[in-house]
Amino acid sequence: MWTLIQIELYKIFRRPRTYIAFIAVAALITIIQFGLKVDGKSYADFLMKDIGGTMEIDGNIINGYLICYIMLQLLLVHVPLLVALIAADMISGEANMGTLRLLISKPFSRTELLLAKFFASTVYTLLLLVWLAILALFLSMWIFGTGDMFLMKSSYVVLLSENDVFWRYAGAFVFAALAMVTVAALGFFLSIFAENSIGPIVATMSVIVFFTILSTLNIPIFNALKPYLFTTHMISWKEFFDIQVNDANEAIVGSIQNPQKIVNSALVLIVHIIGFVGGSIWIFNKKDVLS
Amino acid sequence: MRIFFFVVALLISYSSVQAQDMTALVTKVKAKLDQVNDYEADGNMKTDVSFIKAPIGKVKVYFKKPNKFRLKKEGGISLLPKGGVSVNMSTIITTSDFVALAAGEAVIDGFKTKIVKLLPTNEASEIVITTLYIDEPNLLVRKAITTTKENGTYEMQMSYGAFANFGLPQKVVFSFNTKDYKLPKGITLEFDDNEKPLSEAQKLKNKKGRVEITYSNYIVNKGIADSFFK
Repeated sequence: MWTLIQIELYKIFRRPRTYIAFIAVAALITIIQFGLKVDGKSYADFLMKDIGGTMEIDGNIINGYLICYIMLQLLLVHVPLLVALIAADMISGEANMGTLRLLISKPFSRTELLLAKFFASTVYTLLLLVWLAILALFLSMWIFGTGDMFLMKSSYVVLLSENDVFWRYAGAFVFAALAMVTVAALGFFLSIFAENSIGPIVATMSVIVFFTILSTLNIPIFNALKPYLFTTHMISWKEFFDIQVNDANEAIVGSIQNPQKIVNSALVLIVHIIGFVGGSIWIFNKKDVLS
Repeated sequence: MRIFFFVVALLISYSSVQAQDMTALVTKVKAKLDQVNDYEADGNMKTDVSFIKAPIGKVKVYFKKPNKFRLKKEGGISLLPKGGVSVNMSTIITTSDFVALAAGEAVIDGFKTKIVKLLPTNEASEIVITTLYIDEPNLLVRKAITTTKENGTYEMQMSYGAFANFGLPQKVVFSFNTKDYKLPKGITLEFDDNEKPLSEAQKLKNKKGRVEITYSNYIVNKGIADSFFK
């Protein structure tokens, strides 16, 4: 099994297109960092416009922690598209090249083959997230420094103490990994139905875009549908950055406002992963492979 | 007619004596505060505003005459009510620019106080009126309510400890009115709709904010460079 995974990883990282995602993420992050380094104050003033009527905020708001949060908000909507580029090609790519039939004639089961391919695409997804963490979090911390994290939500603001932030990022990235693996599993599932890569890649992207739009629309008729869309749960990483307050309105350091929501969303995503991978194995084992 | 003029003259002179008395009292309080050329102190700051979730933070407060004030929070970000320079008394009590009028007596935290209204003589002053509750025997301001042109009304309630002889409080509770806070969800990228509408009572409560600073470790008159406040 390990040998199979190594072979699949070799195949993934031999292809130039694999590195498109890493380059795209690096380019996006560095351009945002450059913009905020040059004109971060204007951005901060724009954000503070509403609260500035009541409070004076003193200190370095645009620090590495806030910048990473801003980037995760922007990128975690688009990174799934980069994940789909590889995951949705795992089976269909072999079919397209005509090597799938040959591959399943080797002395290992179809289930082993699929699991190896899925684990390899998971490794790619996790490496992409590690790359994102290095650039968005650690590079931003180095360029902009650290400090308290000042987060503006739509109806309140959250001030997190400097020593209460890093573990939240650790949790958020682990959760984001779960969300991205769900996307990889979806792409993987769709890839078993096609004989060329474009179809499942575009289908995965379409599903994500469609579900994300439904998740974000605030129209009552869609609200009942939202809990059942995995895209709704993919953004629950943000819950790590909301803090509980006691009766005296003092924030409780080390707390999370709604930990149950994180657990529920994680369970929904895990069920999706199991469903997509299990479905892929079940269908692929029954499939008549002709290419 | 002569009696009428006599009564009016008596009343005018009486009220002017009263105002004079209060100016004298305020001057004495100011003289006590004037012993302090500068100070720095450690403190714990608690922010209680309905739309702010903030933990209690350690702060360091610096003051230098006449009105240089700086609050630094460990970790870097501090939230103070707008116009928060009046967190210290010295900037409020400047008797040369104010008329002090007596307005009765009241008990604050168990201390009998004289109520003094300070009216600015300077038309351009940001402060419209300040009401001081002065503990006359100790020459301490126990409570101050300041109405400003731009930033609404603030209330400061002070309790004193070891540095009462300098007029420096051990604890200051700063109350103020807050404005509504709302950011479009498109900017914050929040798409959940879990918020319940607030009742009228909650809305009213939410309009009040409090910042509480408990001071410790005052270092008085050891000198602080002007450049520190820039």
